Amino acid sequence: MIELIDVHKSFEEKEVLKGISAQFKEGITNLIIGQSGSGKTVLMRNIVGLLEPTSGKILYDGRDFTALPKKDKMLLRREMGMIFQSAALFDSLSVLENVMFPLDMFSNDTYRDRKKRAEFCLDRVNLLEAEHKFPGEISGGMQKRVAIARAIALNPKYLFCDEPNSGLDPKTSLVIDALIHDITSEYGMTTIINTHDMNSVLGIGENIIYIYEGQKEWEGNKFEVVKSTNERLNNFVFASDMLRQVKDSIVIK
Amino acid sequence: MIVFKWLIDVGRYMQLMGRTLSRPERMIMFLKQYRAELIQLGINSIGIVLLISFFIGAVICIQIKLNIQSPWMPRFVTGYTTREIMLLEFSSSIMCLILAGKVGSNIASELGTMRVTQQIDALEIMGVNSACYLILPKIVGLMTMIPILVVFSIASGILGAYCTAWFGGILQAEDLTYGLQYSFNSWFIWASVIKSVVFAFIIASVSSFFGYTVEGGSIEVGKASTDAVVKSSIFILFSDLFLPQILT
Repeated sequence: MIELIDVHKSFEEKEVLKGISAQFKEGITNLIIGQSGSGKTVLMRNIVGLLEPTSGKILYDGRDFTALPKKDKMLLRREMGMIFQSAALFDSLSVLENVMFPLDMFSNDTYRDRKKRAEFCLDRVNLLEAEHKFPGEISGGMQKRVAIARAIALNPKYLFCDEPNSGLDPKTSLVIDALIHDITSEYGMTTIINTHDMNSVLGIGENIIYIYEGQKEWEGNKFEVVKSTNERLNNFVFASDMLRQVKDSIVIK
Repeated sequence: MIVFKWLIDVGRYMQLMGRTLSRPERMIMFLKQYRAELIQLGINSIGIVLLISFFIGAVICIQIKLNIQSPWMPRFVTGYTTREIMLLEFSSSIMCLILAGKVGSNIASELGTMRVTQQIDALEIMGVNSACYLILPKIVGLMTMIPILVVFSIASGILGAYCTAWFGGILQAEDLTYGLQYSFNSWFIWASVIKSVVFAFIIASVSSFFGYTVEGGSIEVGKASTDAVVKSSIFILFSDLFLPQILT
């Protein structure tokens, strides 16, 4: 479980995160949603340690990440996997080498075992046939799947996804969502997904946190989103008139 | 204000070097990267080094013969001057300035692109010391290859000078040989090599700093690449002022 306690983050004069507290449980998909500029990416970067919070605590199963010495932080990071918005695959490495990279770096297994594990991960995301291709030779959706395979190669306890569906068509987005959801429940990981894709919210939102102007505005799950009376949340999730009518009809039923 | 910004940059550079010059997490991964950098930064530069040095050696020889050599001077002056210029200045300093353009922009744009496409963030999240993993092999690789390139450059320059004698008939090959050997101090070769090792560190570390610390998009990567070349060249020229005094 990851717990945030009163996390603040400022850039010079501007306060971007204004005291966010939340709990992200293992085995379920935790979503952070919010408009562009609401602070969700900054929050994610604070959680994974790419930024330091101005104040507050970030606890990984009770371990205060912000207070850990540098060396222990590096060790804790080896328990994390992350899928970036741009997939962030290494251009010079093939798909298989990308997935093998964390294993090559940190595992003491033999080359054969490392390759076997990488191929298992690629098979898990249905991409075994592309193992010899380079990132530039595969589609955006496939790159995201490779990123998922690389993120799970070391069996991480914590999985972070920064807008995993960005730039993908709705059908491919559903495939990626389902994959992340299945992997999360299968391995009992603590997964946090940063998104503003409404398909993800209504599809895999088992715990949703809505961020508005750097503050936690609302928390619930995908069923509660539909019934919520929070005006700001409704304006964000059901932005179009059509969606608002669909929501109203569901609530009336 | 400019001094303040400069001091901040120096501090950030020192911090980056502190992270870079540490023990690699996995020696086999370091050696893999080191081998790749030897090829990319060094072996791929051999062609241009040989070509430029050959023509510069030939041109120096022709210019000295036509413009400086006179009946009052011994005939070996052309060979002697060509050797001294190639050995003391061109092959170590000017060649490193040329390599700062080729290799420096390559390093800065590669790291800058990795930064803006979040590949460096991905390494950090995995718990990899990205500075050590990416920059250390470049520094060590370039410090290994540049002295070799300097020796190649000296040899190619002298070959170019001989070609003016053999094929151009500008001077007698015997006079050139005598001049090249006249009052030869073998320490100058070592001084040249030592200078080039310092310049290699400057090129690799300064260019890596500008690439690694890029913020923004493609325009910033381009700017970082230009800054890397300009600043590396300035530091090379600056250190070229005092290094010969220490070494010779």
